[in-house]
Amino acid sequence: MIEIRFHGRGGQGAVTAAELLAVAAFNDGYYSQAFPAFGVERRGAPVLAFTRINDEKIRVRSQIYSPDYVIVQDSTLVKTVNVVEGLKEDGMVVINSNKDPKEFDIGREIRAIDATKISLDVIGRPIMNTTMLGAFAGATGVVSLESVKKAVENRFEGKLKERNVRAVEVAYEKIKEDAR
Amino acid sequence: MMNEMQILEGSKAVALTVRSCRVDVISAYPITPQTHIVEDLAQMVADGETDAEYIKVESEFSALSALVGASAAGARTYSSTTSQGLALMFEVLFNASGMRLPIVMTTVNRSLSAPLSIWNDQQDSISVRDAGWIQLYAENNQETSDLLPIAYKVAEDKDILLPAMCCMDGFVLTHTFEPVEIPEQSLVDEFLPSYQPKYVLDPKNPLTFGAYADPSIYMEFRYQQHDAMLKAYEKFEEVAKEFEKVFGRKYDLVEEYKIEDAEIVLISMGSIVGTMKDAVDELRKGGEKVGILKIISYRPFPAEKIYEAIKDAKVVVVLEKDVSVGMEGGLLSDIKSFMYNREDRPPIVGFSVGLGGRDVTIGDIKGLVSKVKRAEAEEFEFLNLRREVL
Repeated sequence: MIEIRFHGRGGQGAVTAAELLAVAAFNDGYYSQAFPAFGVERRGAPVLAFTRINDEKIRVRSQIYSPDYVIVQDSTLVKTVNVVEGLKEDGMVVINSNKDPKEFDIGREIRAIDATKISLDVIGRPIMNTTMLGAFAGATGVVSLESVKKAVENRFEGKLKERNVRAVEVAYEKIKEDAR
Repeated sequence: MMNEMQILEGSKAVALTVRSCRVDVISAYPITPQTHIVEDLAQMVADGETDAEYIKVESEFSALSALVGASAAGARTYSSTTSQGLALMFEVLFNASGMRLPIVMTTVNRSLSAPLSIWNDQQDSISVRDAGWIQLYAENNQETSDLLPIAYKVAEDKDILLPAMCCMDGFVLTHTFEPVEIPEQSLVDEFLPSYQPKYVLDPKNPLTFGAYADPSIYMEFRYQQHDAMLKAYEKFEEVAKEFEKVFGRKYDLVEEYKIEDAEIVLISMGSIVGTMKDAVDELRKGGEKVGILKIISYRPFPAEKIYEAIKDAKVVVVLEKDVSVGMEGGLLSDIKSFMYNREDRPPIVGFSVGLGGRDVTIGDIKGLVSKVKRAEAEEFEFLNLRREVL
């Protein structure tokens, strides 16, 4: 079972991202589960969301305490929240940041992408939840690019659909390119 | 015939299934965490995807009252609520059952105030245990969906005529995306024909529902309700067999998990059972003989099935998300009560767990089992209390 924890702020679409990742994994032929850390939603407050991906039916319902991956949608959260809490030793963080990943001294593998910039350029808004999923797929290979795109396509309509799919592609390519 | 699996939110699975049950009248008042169910249904009505009438109301009291009228007039009816909303319905719950109206309602399980909590436990539905409603509890969203047509079919049977609530854990199931096979329309139509009411409120043929009953007759009304609930036990088994024929998924009033050789039997209801199953698998790897009895039907109460499942156990542990304050959990009391007059009765202990949304992990379950094995568990206790804040 692969477990992923999302760190975001209220309004950044962490819950939607967790759901879309579950849909993408389902598209890839896996069982999956996504749920929010059921808080009182307030714009700007730190929020958590979770995704599980497995070959078999998923039964466990507790929150995720030792994830394989952590997705951080807002780099300022690193100062206030222990985003690597419980993260497996060989786990990875994918963070939305324009900084060199080496600047984050968090004791785990970390990959950074300036998802806000990509979202502003491609979508025209700083909403980077779908962009981060493209980066996650590119950095980890846990889900395929095609399945993420399909999940995003089914969630949005019209121009927003096209632009979100494009942002997923751009982030996917960018994070792969950075790794070379 | 297999339906296609799709991945969707639990609330959406419920709304789609309610639609496929060809409900005539829906009335509900939005309240967290039930909101997505009624939003989805309202959208379907507005988009013309269902012929159902959606009656907007100003409270849960009115929502269920509207359905009492609609059901008495012969409609198939649906509502959904949670927590404070269910509490506000209290008076009408007894009316619906006393008038023998087969209303079906999704009760999204949430704790009760005070202190205010929007999070999950099952205090709300357990607290209306005696209202004369069938109560079914779902472990996952396949069950939240499947139990709805089963509930209608049992409730509407001429020998039963009792309202039914399908309980699903708030947030834990309502807000979770997971794969579900939504029952296909043609199959639901085959399984669940339209409601044929035994008695209908009709001006041309006047009848009185919920009449004044003086002491010479009231007890007989109550007895008949009681008798119908007892009959619902076998009716559920019968309907579940029909469901399996049509949909290929098997249900019973209880579900046994690795219980055959189990020395420790854990009993619970709802979504926590999924986490318990993973915990039991881990414990069994370590050689522990642990099994689970999942209660799907709390009312009718599956006493005989529980007895069969636990009579050979060394110890029985009841885990539940409620407490009868100053006593113990409701399920624990019920099980101990009917076991008392049996010869072969294992010791039974109980835990209140996960109240007000406190997360319950695989580790918590394993710890609890270990405590029971060491004979350190009290007859009844709260799991994982933060004693430092008391």
